Amino acid sequence: MMARMPWFLRRILGIVPTLFLTWSIVFGVLQLIPGDPVMLALGGTPASDEVLDNERRRLGLDQPVYVQYLTFLKKMAVGDLGNGYSSKQPVSEMIAARVRPSLELALGGLLVGIVLGVVLGIAAGLRPHGWIDTATMSTALVGVSLPSFWIGMLLIYVFGLQLEWVPILGDGIDALILPSITIGLFLAGGLARLIRSALIETMAQDYIRTAHSKGLSIVRVVAKHAMRNAIIPPITLLGLQFAVLIGGAVVTERVFARAGLGSMLIDAVLTKDIPLVQGLVVYTTTAYIVINLLLELLYGIVDPRIRSRRA
Amino acid sequence: MADAPLLSVEHLDVTMRGIPVLEDVSFQIAPGETLGLVGESGCGKSVTALSIMRLLPNPPGKIAGGRILFDGIDMTALDAAGLRAIRGDRIGMIFQEPMTSLNPVYTIGDQIGESLIVHRGMSGSAAKAETAKLLDLVGIPSARNQLGRYPHEMSGGQRQRVMIAIALACRPKLLIADEPTTALDVTVQAQILDLIGRLRVELGMAVLLITHDLGVVAEFCDRVAVMYAGRIVEEAPAAELFRRPRHRYTEALLHTMPAANPPGRKLPSISGTVPAPLDRGDGCIFAPRCGFAVPRCTAELPPLEGAPHRLRCWNPA
Repeated sequence: MMARMPWFLRRILGIVPTLFLTWSIVFGVLQLIPGDPVMLALGGTPASDEVLDNERRRLGLDQPVYVQYLTFLKKMAVGDLGNGYSSKQPVSEMIAARVRPSLELALGGLLVGIVLGVVLGIAAGLRPHGWIDTATMSTALVGVSLPSFWIGMLLIYVFGLQLEWVPILGDGIDALILPSITIGLFLAGGLARLIRSALIETMAQDYIRTAHSKGLSIVRVVAKHAMRNAIIPPITLLGLQFAVLIGGAVVTERVFARAGLGSMLIDAVLTKDIPLVQGLVVYTTTAYIVINLLLELLYGIVDPRIRSRRA
Repeated sequence: MADAPLLSVEHLDVTMRGIPVLEDVSFQIAPGETLGLVGESGCGKSVTALSIMRLLPNPPGKIAGGRILFDGIDMTALDAAGLRAIRGDRIGMIFQEPMTSLNPVYTIGDQIGESLIVHRGMSGSAAKAETAKLLDLVGIPSARNQLGRYPHEMSGGQRQRVMIAIALACRPKLLIADEPTTALDVTVQAQILDLIGRLRVELGMAVLLITHDLGVVAEFCDRVAVMYAGRIVEEAPAAELFRRPRHRYTEALLHTMPAANPPGRKLPSISGTVPAPLDRGDGCIFAPRCGFAVPRCTAELPPLEGAPHRLRCWNPA
């Protein structure tokens, strides 16, 4: 029956076991956290045994582990992530309220990363071992190697404090510039290297010679004939980076004091708010799986050979 | 050759990483004429073809001397825009490997129509209509339905037909075919050659056919130039060359043809190997392998002389 389904439906069904496995790992790991969850839930408030027992029953922690596990899976499947220990509010609502700042930063970083990475990657790949290539690749190495908290603070110091070109804090689009550059520089480094190597390989193919023999301009040869063949590794990199970013850029959000999912995760870990940590991990992994699925769909659009292999 | 030549290659020298791979290569092709360029692998046939189109990757390849006049225009002096105007429009080219010469991610309709859009300024729909005609012309049936197909969905022979359609899209005056049938099955080889032969007449274009297959040349070409180790050693009208080869290399080459030998007998081969570019003395490069070499052969390079039968040999047959 599976074989007769359209490819995409088969893939969607295929993510069910992946999700199941991920959630199971999340549940398992949280079982290993030392300390009594009830004490954590009460936030260290002294309580009588009776109160503790009531709380334990309320959280379902008096049940055997397998019952807890099944209850957990059931709740995950309907998107019920429980209530946070500290806020007592539903975790799903808490996460939803913080998605926007993270998503904005992810998109901003992606934009800077793509523009910079594509331009530099192509410039380097068309003239390997030329001066642009050497300069770009050394800079890219630096970009990837420098920790984002350092780049972030440097940007704040130079452009925020000394030059006062952009605000450091706030919700506006201008406050998004510096953190986007921080993320973008990191992304661009890896992207430029990947585009460079993919382009060098593609430009040596016979079909590129054919394109030249047709009298096409170099722009057309590169942008149309080479890039579509060279783009799959960079798409993969960007997609997975994006998936990580929408789960919150932990360090960058901290440096720029942005109220996104990354800072939320740090706070949740520090206060041992288990349902919130659990909810964030489930959200992040699910987003990762979904984006992976979208990437596979994109491969098929870019490369017809992948499409016909699926059919 | 009564007409002014369409293509005139004059004393072409090409180097790769500074090492000479073509030396003093000269030949002409008249409008509508077919010239076969034959020789062993590595003798410089493909480098000659790529040099004419200025498609030789540079670096490492470099045109070190000589001229390539196409319709009076010196290809070696053209800038990128000038070359683009000629490539794909007035000179079309097909390559040895149909499996890898088409872009795998675009439909064949797109790849054929692209030349028409770029050179003829056609709209998308006009190019599509013309592309369907071209596919008909190269013998791909129900052409209109085929426009949306991708290269990986076609056989090698069909892909080479698509390559021919690309090369001929703008009705070029010259077609350069670089071993167009080498990678194909024997039965398909004949079909592709027939197709090129038919289209040559229909479109009245000249053809430079590069091959190592002498049988193909005998059947297909008006004139033949034989290359050895980066130089042309003999050139003559095809019938004349096959009837009365004069260069000792050509002679030996013709003896290796299956048709020249009784069936069931092992085919003869030319003993020795082509000397490496830096191991060539002052004389004829074939001299070390030649059974008829005289002292002068190793001492002095023979010039390419004669008309219409040109020859580079001190002791010809």
